[in-house]
Amino acid sequence: MTLTHEPIEGEHFIVVSDTTGESWEIVVGLEVHCELATVTKLFCGCPNMFGDEPNTNVCPVCLGLPGSLPVLNHNVVELAMRLGRALHCSVEPSIFARKNYFYPDMPKDYQVTQFDRPINADGWLDLPDGTRVGIERAHIEEDTGKNTHAGGSGRIHGADYSLVDYNRAGVPLVEIVGRPHIRHPEQAKTYIDELRAILLTTGASDAKMEEGSLRVDANVSVRRVGDTALGTRCEVKNLNSLRSLGRAIEYEARRQVDLLETGERIKQETRHWDEGAGRTRAGRSKEEAEDYRYFQEPDLVPLAPSAEWIAAIDAAMPPLPAARRDALASSAGVAVTESCVVIAVQRDLDQLALATIAAGGDGKRVLTHVEHNLSGDGAADLNPATFAQLVSLELGGQLTATQAKTVLAEMVTSGRAPDVIAAELGFEAMDSSELEGIVDGLIAESPEEWADFCTGDDKKRAKLQGFFTGKIMKATKGQADGKAVAALLEARRTATS
Amino acid sequence: MSAVPSTALEIAAAVRSGQLSALEVLNDHLARIDARDGEINAFNLVMADEARAAAVAVDAQVAAGEDPGSLAGVPLALKDNLCTRGIPTTCSSRILEGWRPPYDATVVQRVNAAGAVSIGKTNLDEFAMGSSTENSAFGPTRNPRDTGRVPGGSSGGSAAAVAAGFAPISLGSDTGGSIRQPAALCGVVGVKPTYGMVSRYGLIAFASSLDQIGPFSTTVADSALLLEAIAGHDSRDSTSIDAPAPSLLESLGQGVDGLRIGLVTELMGEGIAPDVAARVRQAADALAAAGAQIGEVSVPAAAYGLSAYYLIAPAEASSNLARYDGVRYGMRVDAPTTAEMNAATRTAGFGDEVKRRIMLGTYALSAGYYDAYYGKALKVRTLIMRDFEKAYADFDLLLTATSPTTAFKFGDKTADPLSMYLNDICTIPTNLAGHPAMSVPFGGGSDGMPVGVQLLAPALGESTMFRAAAVLEAVAPALDEVWS
Repeated sequence: MTLTHEPIEGEHFIVVSDTTGESWEIVVGLEVHCELATVTKLFCGCPNMFGDEPNTNVCPVCLGLPGSLPVLNHNVVELAMRLGRALHCSVEPSIFARKNYFYPDMPKDYQVTQFDRPINADGWLDLPDGTRVGIERAHIEEDTGKNTHAGGSGRIHGADYSLVDYNRAGVPLVEIVGRPHIRHPEQAKTYIDELRAILLTTGASDAKMEEGSLRVDANVSVRRVGDTALGTRCEVKNLNSLRSLGRAIEYEARRQVDLLETGERIKQETRHWDEGAGRTRAGRSKEEAEDYRYFQEPDLVPLAPSAEWIAAIDAAMPPLPAARRDALASSAGVAVTESCVVIAVQRDLDQLALATIAAGGDGKRVLTHVEHNLSGDGAADLNPATFAQLVSLELGGQLTATQAKTVLAEMVTSGRAPDVIAAELGFEAMDSSELEGIVDGLIAESPEEWADFCTGDDKKRAKLQGFFTGKIMKATKGQADGKAVAALLEARRTATS
Repeated sequence: MSAVPSTALEIAAAVRSGQLSALEVLNDHLARIDARDGEINAFNLVMADEARAAAVAVDAQVAAGEDPGSLAGVPLALKDNLCTRGIPTTCSSRILEGWRPPYDATVVQRVNAAGAVSIGKTNLDEFAMGSSTENSAFGPTRNPRDTGRVPGGSSGGSAAAVAAGFAPISLGSDTGGSIRQPAALCGVVGVKPTYGMVSRYGLIAFASSLDQIGPFSTTVADSALLLEAIAGHDSRDSTSIDAPAPSLLESLGQGVDGLRIGLVTELMGEGIAPDVAARVRQAADALAAAGAQIGEVSVPAAAYGLSAYYLIAPAEASSNLARYDGVRYGMRVDAPTTAEMNAATRTAGFGDEVKRRIMLGTYALSAGYYDAYYGKALKVRTLIMRDFEKAYADFDLLLTATSPTTAFKFGDKTADPLSMYLNDICTIPTNLAGHPAMSVPFGGGSDGMPVGVQLLAPALGESTMFRAAAVLEAVAPALDEVWS
């Protein structure tokens, strides 16, 4: 099967079946659990810390000891609302519920969560590619402890014994349930990137997938292009990186298409991604899933944040990635979906870019540098005025693109002005007659290659173009302008043949 | 048999003034326990050593010129579902045998801070589920008035401890009548405060939205004294009312002149034994004689209280009791897999009544049944609240029987859970509404066993309720007094 990355009719990505040639659409909805960056846990005063000695950050409340009671952490509500408002959700009066099931990592054998009345409802997240992904809800819940299976097979079945660490039990989570508006594995990764940026911007979470503070489950289904009804979905778990997320969605979509094309039906179930094997495996079937017997948590009172509180959160909201991209694109005169715009915001270099443009730097050129030449430390400290000066030197022909890149790197390190650095490095615009002399000399040195260049096919010519350009650059110590060299070689070739 | 007075108020006054030592008071009560608790079985654990240390500390405070507090040197019994740091807390269940909580319940901290001397942990129906204390894993408690009869439940041990003179005051918990019914059956005072008035932190949950801790005593004034000590906001309980403890003692002498008191029609007829109903009418007459206006009032939804309660309470219990899974504390019965270990532990650790309610509650919350059972029960609960609200538009207090009968004999109702559940018919509506209510001894039944009458008040109506209770106490007939 072929996975096309190009949108069809503007918005749909498709899988084309190798066997039947039919076109299928992938439909993905993501559920993201993220740990909130509070100092203490959701319902007690224990530290919310990753990586401490097992069972040291625990107390009667988070161990669920008989008689203990939960008290809601005000800061959890604050961070959850910040995230909700950043996702354009409405903050609703909400209630907590108990989700009942037995599991050793869950101290009370029920999880306190929000069920039919979540704190944040009905928002959206705009992706850099222009897609608006609906957010059904973003609710508060408590995390579980962590099981370690030891001895025997080391897996849950067949282990000699299991150890439980309750340090994570009661850590505050927000579960962000996205609507099935994602159509491609890459788009899913972008969604997570964008969500991560929002989590970091709002200070809601450190959003580290590798430490488990951001966990993604993917609901994947497929349907024939043109169908409007959703197919039966499978929930894919155990996605520990963006790479796993993309691979798992792609694998799962192919698996489902294969099944449907052979006349089978998809069973709604939970599947686990096996990164090593590169496949998903069936877990618990939803049809025989547990009944969680949700009911209102009687140990907590309903939560109804005041209008003043919500207004204060809105007023203090920092600029979010989508708004920053809009501002930068309009200032630079480029499309908001351009990768340079996305990357500038991702690298937190949009303020630098805006200031450089304001200081007279050409928008496109500035963003090209930001995208390709400013990925390291210290870039944000560049002086916008000197950055603008560099771009002007480049556009004025005094520096080639290659030279500008070198000078820029030196500016980041030393903070000195571009003209000073250029002079020191001996970067001066090369006289065209001087370049012609060098080129003609090199042609004379390699008559066979030159003949092949003039008469060979496209492939051969492209190869020899590289051969001659390399020699010229070497001879001019990189001072020759690439475009001028190409033009000159072409002029000489036309003259020869 | 000794110079030690019988009420907490008198003991505290004597200890605070140095007339009596706390140790002397304690030893007197320990001697009574020694003499008779083998027969009564009110205590799961007598904390003699800890109590002596506490009494010595109180005496040292008095000697140093400090005031140990309003409960100075008063022996106090704690229902064994209240957490006590380092001291076994069992809920009268095998599943918690040997577990020692690492913390004190808020009420335990408060009575200790007021100078009380915790004397022991009292027996109860396992996890507070029952009306006779026959469901204890450690054997039933006997009614001190007639040891062939039950003391009521679930706080039977706390009621019996006070009735037997083992302690002048005790604490129990009331989810559907578990303080008031045993108080009535043992002939003592028992109070269920407004939901949220007393912190539940450290009370091992049965049904969280209904559970409330309250006092037992021989006098109305002692219950007022103890409730003042334990009430008031606690930041560790989210359902705790954000208000200071009420002043109750000062309202006791205010009488009932002008108060409007209603007899609840639905709780006067069918199901209430004639001798008990007669005492309720006699109590109404006594209140009228003291200046109250007595009328009859209908609380129609109260008739459905029992049905709603036996869905809501088991539903919450099925969740609250899930944590007893053998993983972290208490009993564990090993098995090849975790799920099998959970099941084996719970099968061995819980008694029949607890299992019955866990199954009832699990069923009531299950997909496909939720709306018909739990959902409907919540609606009935709302209706009961509305009906009470209407009743309290016309009346300051309501008056009913506490229990439909006097204390019954052991084994009378164990074979038929429904007949046992019917014991709580008068007490349950209060818990569903979250209101306060108390049982006051008012003479005896035709069998010579105590009858309790129940006063009900709207939320935070404790001080009015105590005024009426004090009037009833003053005019209550003796147990053996023939009723007209």
